[in-house]
Amino acid sequence: MKELSLHVLDIAENSLRAGATEVEIKIVEDSKEDILSIEVKDNGSGMDDETAKKAIDPFFTTRTERKVGLGLPLLAQAAKATGGGIAIQSTPSKGTTVRAWFKKSHIDLQPLGDMAKTISALVALHPEVDFIYTHVKEDRVFCFSTKELKERLQEVPINNPLVIDWILRFLKESLNKLSGGA
Amino acid sequence: MGVIKSIEELEKIRDQARELINLRKDNENKTRIVVGMGTCGISAGAREVLMAILDEIKKRNLTDVVVTETGCIGMCRFEPLVDVIKPNQPKVTYVNVNPEKARQIVARHVVNNQVIDEWVIPNI
Repeated sequence: MKELSLHVLDIAENSLRAGATEVEIKIVEDSKEDILSIEVKDNGSGMDDETAKKAIDPFFTTRTERKVGLGLPLLAQAAKATGGGIAIQSTPSKGTTVRAWFKKSHIDLQPLGDMAKTISALVALHPEVDFIYTHVKEDRVFCFSTKELKERLQEVPINNPLVIDWILRFLKESLNKLSGGA
Repeated sequence: MGVIKSIEELEKIRDQARELINLRKDNENKTRIVVGMGTCGISAGAREVLMAILDEIKKRNLTDVVVTETGCIGMCRFEPLVDVIKPNQPKVTYVNVNPEKARQIVARHVVNNQVIDEWVIPNI
């Protein structure tokens, strides 16, 4: 993966394959604590303790198409390369929370990349799911929820290409502002 | 763009979208575009391919196209993979797609009905 936002997309796809109807994505960038953290929390099918422990082993997968599963191991590797780590907390039939943290100043930290595209892609492919995206940068917070948006849209589907285009532009501008840009 | 201004814009877009939807309400003959979004697809560039497809659909005002995803199908080295399934026609799978190819797939195959043979893997 070239950027952290692609890991976020990949991990959220796990949530959706686990049947989640609500996915919360939280990014925290904190220079004082020198931490960047990524959290993906879902209400999907969850895993028992044993499965959750095995989930970051690349030679464990529940899929049958191939013998390896690389999503979580890649994220774990990216985090550990910066002196960070990963934690997976899961309860069967309740859901799963994946949290990865990175040392922000570390030279091996991948760029966060384009979160606007990651969120737009998720909404476009999973219109029936609710996404809540929170991005904390130092002392500023941006929050985006598809629930409110769906109310505004009335009967127009949220994955309508015109709407997705608006979401992409809205997120880009909001995240620019969060970074201090105009 | 302030939040209030962009919400106003969203409502305009909603009304615009609604008119297009109403014209095609009973149309079951939709073309499906399926993008591979497994770990392999994403790391090979599937997100940019998806965004290019959605942008092209928007620019061309295509209302009879649905974009969905699939996971890893075991052909990781050919990712990003894109399937085009036209009504009553067999599935066509494009391999090693990039955003530029994706736009051409929409223009030439989805709109003009011409399969781009050199980018296709037959019969999978």
